[in-house]
Amino acid sequence: MLRGLLLRLGILLASLAAASLVIFWITQALPGDVARVMLGDGASPAQLAAKRAELGTDRPFFVQYGAWVAGLLHADFGTSWYSTLPVTSLIAPRAAVTAWLVGGGLTVAVAVAVPLGAVAALRRRRLTGFVVSAGAQVGMAIPAFWAGILLSMLFAVQLRWLPANGYVPPGRDLLGWAQHLVLPVIALGLVQAAVLIRYVRSSFLDVLGEDYYRTARSIGWTRGAALWRHGLRNAALSLVTVIGLQVSALIVGAIVIERVFVLPGIGSLLLDSVSQFDLAIVRGVVMILATVVLVVNGLVDMAYVVIDPRLRHQERA
Amino acid sequence: MSTSTTHARGVLRRGAVALVAALALVTAACSSGVSPSSTAPASPARTLVIGATAEPTSLDPTADAAAAGSQALLYNVYETLVKVDAQGQLRPLLAQAWDVSSDGLTYTFQLNPLAKFSDGSQVTADAVARNIARIKQEPVAAKLKTAMAVVDSTKVIDTDTLSVTLSRPSVNWLYEMASTAGIVMNPAGFATATTATAGSGPLTVTGWTPGDSIVLSKSPGYWGTPVRFDEVTFRYFKDPNAMNASMLSDQLDIISNLQAPESLAQFSDPSRFSVVEGTTNGEVVMGINNGGAPTDPSVPAGTGNPALADVRVRKAITMAIDKQALVNTTWGGHGKVIGSMSVPTDPYFEDLSGLYPYNPTEAKRLLAESGHSRLTLRLKPAALPYATKAAQFIAAQLQDVGITVQVEELQFPARWRETVYDRADYDLTIVAHVEARDLNTFANPNYYWRYHNPDFDALVTKADAGTVSDYASGMKQAARLLADDAAAVWLYVLPNIVVTKPGITGVPRDAQSLSFDVTTIARA
Repeated sequence: MLRGLLLRLGILLASLAAASLVIFWITQALPGDVARVMLGDGASPAQLAAKRAELGTDRPFFVQYGAWVAGLLHADFGTSWYSTLPVTSLIAPRAAVTAWLVGGGLTVAVAVAVPLGAVAALRRRRLTGFVVSAGAQVGMAIPAFWAGILLSMLFAVQLRWLPANGYVPPGRDLLGWAQHLVLPVIALGLVQAAVLIRYVRSSFLDVLGEDYYRTARSIGWTRGAALWRHGLRNAALSLVTVIGLQVSALIVGAIVIERVFVLPGIGSLLLDSVSQFDLAIVRGVVMILATVVLVVNGLVDMAYVVIDPRLRHQERA
Repeated sequence: MSTSTTHARGVLRRGAVALVAALALVTAACSSGVSPSSTAPASPARTLVIGATAEPTSLDPTADAAAAGSQALLYNVYETLVKVDAQGQLRPLLAQAWDVSSDGLTYTFQLNPLAKFSDGSQVTADAVARNIARIKQEPVAAKLKTAMAVVDSTKVIDTDTLSVTLSRPSVNWLYEMASTAGIVMNPAGFATATTATAGSGPLTVTGWTPGDSIVLSKSPGYWGTPVRFDEVTFRYFKDPNAMNASMLSDQLDIISNLQAPESLAQFSDPSRFSVVEGTTNGEVVMGINNGGAPTDPSVPAGTGNPALADVRVRKAITMAIDKQALVNTTWGGHGKVIGSMSVPTDPYFEDLSGLYPYNPTEAKRLLAESGHSRLTLRLKPAALPYATKAAQFIAAQLQDVGITVQVEELQFPARWRETVYDRADYDLTIVAHVEARDLNTFANPNYYWRYHNPDFDALVTKADAGTVSDYASGMKQAARLLADDAAAVWLYVLPNIVVTKPGITGVPRDAQSLSFDVTTIARA
């Protein structure tokens, strides 16, 4: 088992190294000159050359890459080319906003998808099951940003119950923080829930065909009790995998939702930095996002080795 | 049974893994924490929340080539020797009076002895001199250096008196001193200017959440007339619809400049909103690559269609475009049509929009006469809403006179700057020029217009060296010459559409400077 774990850890580290190289290479290969962007109109060639030397953008590729990776290992993402602030200090508060959004969205998605998915499976030949399945299909077709705009229009502009957009840190005003996050979290969570419902439904359908479920029913358990006791736990196996994979989809969704709701998260930082051509920030943010996705997937992989005896046997074979 | 137990345990473990992954993000939030923007919120009557679009990347307005920081900070947090008022006139600010020598070379400023920085230290002549030296020597935005290049030397006469000697007479220099280049920072704050402000203005920055907002609070010991608000927040929006929604849900007091004029109907209820429409310094220009050779050997020669060096072709292009219809179609009819690189608030403005009126027949004739009746041009607009909409409209109109247009939108600013501004690799482009009094860009042969006309250069140089009234008449001639020459197609002036809640007064109609000056604003 140890060998399997080490193997997967090795794969994770190799993936991170490859990701860092690709990210650095792509941002390096982009057209455009940051010295020009920073100095603005009318900079002389001498000023430009001095700026390039100051930023180190005139050094060879692998020297720049090596310096960047060395910094990453100390959680030092370098200095923003545009504002000359440390990238870490720009990313940290914004990562917090995105984390609240993704965490909240995931919670909403699971809380909505599990019961509705169960209903869709149990009542699959009835109207309610059909309505849930059809609703999930429609939900999947709605882009998160559109859901966000609709929610904002209804609850903020028409009814004026909640703020249309913006963000207040929880340390400043806890109620205001919650009010500002309700709509974005729902917009993100509901669309993800629509995707999850289908997985929950098919997982439960598998369970319904299993011997242990039939046995539980035959000794007099109600459908609900049998499903709760045996179905949920077994269905959760595949669901956990799917949810792990969904984290990356949630992060992508969060980038869009942050734009719609003007949240100062990591996604809006990424978009702003791209348009400003601040590659120091772009690299840092993309590396963090890649790391989160790779680590979550890596953890799910490793968990299998620990949990599933069949995988352990495969390793030995 | 044993399998089932293993499964159950497995489920719990896997659940735990997923939960840990999800919570890792959430707990990261708790630990890193967002620094609170300010202490307890002030009462609504004493606060002002302003929606804005151009967010600064740093709290140092002089470091920022895009001039975004000046909107919130100029005049509100940082002051200058003189300021541009709501009518476009220069007024005393840190300098209570100034003299110009008869040769126009020496300016002597009498500083207001009461003026203090936010830390209580006096605004001295030495501090002003050190700011001028900073702009000239330190790494700040290049255009500020250009503005300050004319300064030859400064001399501190006494604590409150400073004399500045120019290398040549320049009317425009004093005007620049009223803007970002002339900001007087507390020299003690130079080193930390990107993250903390050190000004002498009525407000100080007390909160900055990048990507969201800047919070300004009343400076308790301000030396002049205090502002009427305890707290002023600038909130930044990339998406105009989000800004509108925020206003419609009562989160904003003011939209500093509405970015989507077609959405103006949403604010038609006078019991909830009032709308002021004025003008800005932003000319929306379809730039033409005139094909002139740059004088600076390090500037690329540029690659434009050689036909555009023929003034008849440029005139034909101008006459092929119905500018008023363009404004109506692409910008909701808001914005005044212009005919040269000048806006109505310039002291030298003359309405030249009728010089080459829309006339496709004449345009076709001019093209035939020049031997370019079949022309293919590359139009590379900045990928910004006003520019891409205008590009589609113009492509269709040029098609009508026999010009084939290939539209290629360029991401703004990085891609546009690299392709058009640096390399002049374009035939036509569209972007707004928002700087004040930017007519003189046509006197720079290295500028992306690639325009070179010694007569024009002579007019601009002579105007800048004269008196204030010589300046206006000279620049008027220059603007006319430029229009005659059809050196570009000047489309319209971006409107300044300000939406406020009722009861808010003192918001200037026209955007005369880069600043959104809150010192005149009050709430009934």
